[in-house]
Amino acid sequence: MTDGQTISVLVPTPLRRFTAGAARVDGTGTKVAELLDGLDARYPGLRKRICEGDGRIRRFVNVFVNGNNVREGDGEATPLRPGDEVGIIPAMAGGASGRRA
Amino acid sequence: MNASAPTGSQRSRDDRLTLPAAMRERIVAHARAEAPRECCGLIAGEGGALVELIPLTNDAPGIDVYRIDDAELYRVYRDLDGRGQEIAAIYHSHPTSAAYPSAADVDLALWPDACYLICLIADVDRPDLRGFRIVDR
Repeated sequence: MTDGQTISVLVPTPLRRFTAGAARVDGTGTKVAELLDGLDARYPGLRKRICEGDGRIRRFVNVFVNGNNVREGDGEATPLRPGDEVGIIPAMAGGASGRRA
Repeated sequence: MNASAPTGSQRSRDDRLTLPAAMRERIVAHARAEAPRECCGLIAGEGGALVELIPLTNDAPGIDVYRIDDAELYRVYRDLDGRGQEIAAIYHSHPTSAAYPSAADVDLALWPDACYLICLIADVDRPDLRGFRIVDR
């Protein structure tokens, strides 16, 4: 999956149109925000699907580092190390009320 | 039941997904068990076929709303991806309202390749289950 030097990023189906269909891509960076910057440079438009204009991760998108949701930690500032696995996954939500959970 | 919904971007809009009767019954049972809250889960697909129904936790507080537990969803997604399977359908229940997507359902349909199944159980004897493809035009 990863050579230990880069960060393996799991790309969810709805975002694969940005990565030419790739389900996993490699990235680099010492923090989540830096990783996303680098990915956006290679796959323009990807970051906008994950982050708000101010760089914060969208409420209905989750980013996991080695299985831990960064929202419960340092968010976009979550540190990364080579060999880490980052997963990006849009939420599945809705409901009859029209409220946003 | 047929739901007009492709499960992969390479598919045409005319593709249909056939929901096995046993999966339909399990969704209805899940909806009834969870009422008055909404139930939710997904169906894994492989090669165009629906292979596994996976009930998941509704992490949203209150009724008439759902959000699949984020961590649970990620674990399942990663597992399916490793097996070469896909998320073919996402289901939830509307215990008392119509079996049509609400404004929130449309707004938050972030998986356009999946079929969104909505199960209505307002009439206990006649549950209604419908499938929708929700795309951003």
